[in-house]
Amino acid sequence: MATETPPATAGPTAPQPVKGANGAKGATRKGDRIFLGLSRGSGITLLVIMAAIAVFLTWRAALAINADEASFLTSFEWDANATPPRFGIAVLAFGTVVSSIIAMVLAVPIAVGIALFISHYAPRKLATPLGYVIDLLAAVPSIVYGLWGALFLVPHLTGLYEWLDQYLGWTGLFTYEGGAARSLFTVGILLAIMILPIVTNVSREVFRQSPKMQEEAALALGATRWEVIRMSVLPFGRSGVISASMLGLGRALGETMAVATVLSPSFLIKASLLEPGGGTFAQNIAAGFKEAGSMGRDALIASGLVLFVITLLVNGAARLIIARRKEYSGANA
Amino acid sequence: MAKRIDVSGLSAYYGNFRAIDDISMTVEPRSVTAFIGPSGCGKSTFLRTLNRMHEVTTGGRVEGKVMLDDEDLYGPGVDPVSVRRTIGMVFQRPNPFPTMSIYDNVAAGLRLNGDAKKKDLDEIVERSLKGANLWNEVKDRLNRPGSGLSGGQQQRLCIARAIAVEPQVLLMDEPCSALDPISTLAIEDLIGELKSRFTIVIVTHNMQQAARVSDRTAFFNLAEVGAPGKLIEIDDTERIFSNPSVQATEDYISGRFG
Amino acid sequence: MSQTAVADAPVDGAAPPLPRLRQPRLPRWAPAGLAALAAALGIGIGLVAGLDSRIQWGLIAAALYVVLTAGIAGAVEGVRQAKDRLATSVIWVCFLLAVVPLASLLWETAARGVKVLDGYFLTHSMSGVITMEPGGGIYHALIGTMEQVGLATLIAAPIGLLTAIYLVEYGTGRLAKAITFFVDVMTGIPSIVAGLFILSFWIIILGFGYSGFAGALALAILMMPIVVRSTEEMLKLVPNELREASLALGVPKWKTILKVVLPTAVGGITTGIMLAVARIAGESAPILLLVFGSAEINNNPFEGAQSSLPYYIYEQWALGNEPSYDRAWAAALVLIAFVMILNLVARGIARWKAPKH
Repeated sequence: MATETPPATAGPTAPQPVKGANGAKGATRKGDRIFLGLSRGSGITLLVIMAAIAVFLTWRAALAINADEASFLTSFEWDANATPPRFGIAVLAFGTVVSSIIAMVLAVPIAVGIALFISHYAPRKLATPLGYVIDLLAAVPSIVYGLWGALFLVPHLTGLYEWLDQYLGWTGLFTYEGGAARSLFTVGILLAIMILPIVTNVSREVFRQSPKMQEEAALALGATRWEVIRMSVLPFGRSGVISASMLGLGRALGETMAVATVLSPSFLIKASLLEPGGGTFAQNIAAGFKEAGSMGRDALIASGLVLFVITLLVNGAARLIIARRKEYSGANA
Repeated sequence: MAKRIDVSGLSAYYGNFRAIDDISMTVEPRSVTAFIGPSGCGKSTFLRTLNRMHEVTTGGRVEGKVMLDDEDLYGPGVDPVSVRRTIGMVFQRPNPFPTMSIYDNVAAGLRLNGDAKKKDLDEIVERSLKGANLWNEVKDRLNRPGSGLSGGQQQRLCIARAIAVEPQVLLMDEPCSALDPISTLAIEDLIGELKSRFTIVIVTHNMQQAARVSDRTAFFNLAEVGAPGKLIEIDDTERIFSNPSVQATEDYISGRFG
Repeated sequence: MSQTAVADAPVDGAAPPLPRLRQPRLPRWAPAGLAALAAALGIGIGLVAGLDSRIQWGLIAAALYVVLTAGIAGAVEGVRQAKDRLATSVIWVCFLLAVVPLASLLWETAARGVKVLDGYFLTHSMSGVITMEPGGGIYHALIGTMEQVGLATLIAAPIGLLTAIYLVEYGTGRLAKAITFFVDVMTGIPSIVAGLFILSFWIIILGFGYSGFAGALALAILMMPIVVRSTEEMLKLVPNELREASLALGVPKWKTILKVVLPTAVGGITTGIMLAVARIAGESAPILLLVFGSAEINNNPFEGAQSSLPYYIYEQWALGNEPSYDRAWAAALVLIAFVMILNLVARGIARWKAPKH
């Protein structure tokens, strides 16, 4: 998790004598002042952009929500272009959460498995290139996943759907009446495949750092390979896996194009995960944008704001876990 | 229950690099055998071949025989997991499981093997901690994490963890090199007590330590950097330190190199 | 946790507490043999039961393999070994389960993409092409992607670079902490949200029209935090002795940074920027909102709608007919190739320019 470290505030800068003079007196060289101004200005620009994102989205969203004749949080309708506009995010919130949960349930165990495979099971000659391949897969653009999902995955899932309907249909969650498999469940599967590389990458990094000393201690006590992993690798890597999953979740929540290509949307919540219908925040924005009038666009911005807040919370939680883990492992170093 | 170890013609490799070459020796039961020699002479590698820990490192492989009484550790059908269960090990740096309490650390090996009734476990944990001279220091905080102890205490905790499963042999890989003098003394005393129950093999950099704790001493050396380590001689500790039969041993012991 | 999990292994009644060294073991070829058996059974069951989805065949074979190994190992080697084997086989199955879709993704894209991918496809736009019929190409989309990504890089790279310099070389106070925190926050912004922001700010409020530049602004927002993060990492790797040596010679700080610190880290910084470029080149959501898409060649990114490669894929897919699908796959192949090459070159640079010790 090298990329998550805080800036080396005390490190490289501390011993430099010029530093204090720079900010305080201003009596230093012109070049230094200009350079400091430029770099500080860039940092401030970044802050301004973040603030602007929050302000402008909230502003437009407030306009839309004020004009909304339905309940923004609980209504199932989306008639933002009508007069008066009526729209609510209940269906979108449901679809976003459900598809992301499916994605996490499928992807996290498998990603942990692959990460363990690379860090502790695969022969060294296989492990290094595998790491590279996973890196590359993490870079495949989401629209390509979407295209593959729509034209390859969807037709290949009908068999699985029929099977699920036959054996798990009684639960109500898995009833399926034929037709293209363009449901929230398919979205979940596709999102799982998409976040697999990133969750695997981060978990693998954590497992690789698990202290060899404890692994040897477990081995010397007569532990099998799996027992070594249970005793020393998994406890060490648990918080890392959680934060990796959160990062994956952040991606899944905000994924747009792959969902837009695979899902056949509607403003209904269906009991069965296999029935087409539903929607997600991001997908709805992409799908509804071209037809949206000015109120319609503001309504979409309002739903985008909700998505923004949710992803902020998820990512914030991931960072917190990473930060806590750092303290913990630092104390034991 | 301590057993004799008989090594014959043992070589160990890292990939294509031969780390130790053709070593034969006998380790007597209920005694302390010390391995000394300059860095890189392969004494730690040799120690790790005695409980099949060497093959855990990538590219690690072993040729030759290690007989534990009458069974070859490298014979066909021998399960390395059982070998490690029978021959315990203590490492250079204390390595208690950081996520486990003191109690759970000591009980870890027993729980693996499943023979873990709560009452027996309490008893074995107490006995092992007493055996490691740690009981009095930790009896009031058995549920606190093991990583909260001092370095010397952690190392004794690791010894308690190793002896809790009642192994036949205890291997120690420079167990005091990360400790201060007082903790070192405590461990050395402990080794003296443990040898009545276990066969002990200890690798050490510290010749005084070898002289203090061991009954027999083996001197390892290597011809040059990059050459495999060899066993130069093994003899009673007293003889090695007073009147060794090989000149190189005397040179090393008198501090002329190493 | 782990200790409770291992505690439930049953008592090894035979010889507690010491195990015999020789335990019954499965032969070395057992996993491979069982895998072959499970695969054969999976195919057999699939054929007999008339399951037409290959995915199901694979899942059945995988489940059989896991159960078989665990069962046989349990009978021959005991519970602890069975658990170990179970874990090993589950982990192998995980690996294969993941490889299948990912390999299929690459394979499908390559196989279907080469169909219409040729020189004509790369050098012609969709202008005047009847979408139901073959023909046309991605030239306009390539132009769009190049211009949008280029503009985004021109905006994001200097700001990101300078911010990272500020954080590593100057920043100690509250401002630096705030910037670090918000860079983290920014990393997590979904691309569609970045698009919505530019939409509300640039198009709705300031009243500019759709253009490549608007898309580039959104892409720049996505790119900045990536550049800051990677540059920061690289600058931190520059040994402090170098800075001190230069300062001790009386070189002013800004020159030290420009002439000593940056050149030392230039390889890593380039890699970071290239990876960021690869990342944003595949973004389609902001393009959909801000650039609008077009079939014509528009060389001016500041005026009027453009297309872009990812957007082109989406648009062709949405047309929903075979010739358009073919074009979508071909464009996807070009996009993947572009991203992969950028990645590989970036990693190559990182390795080549890595500070030698």
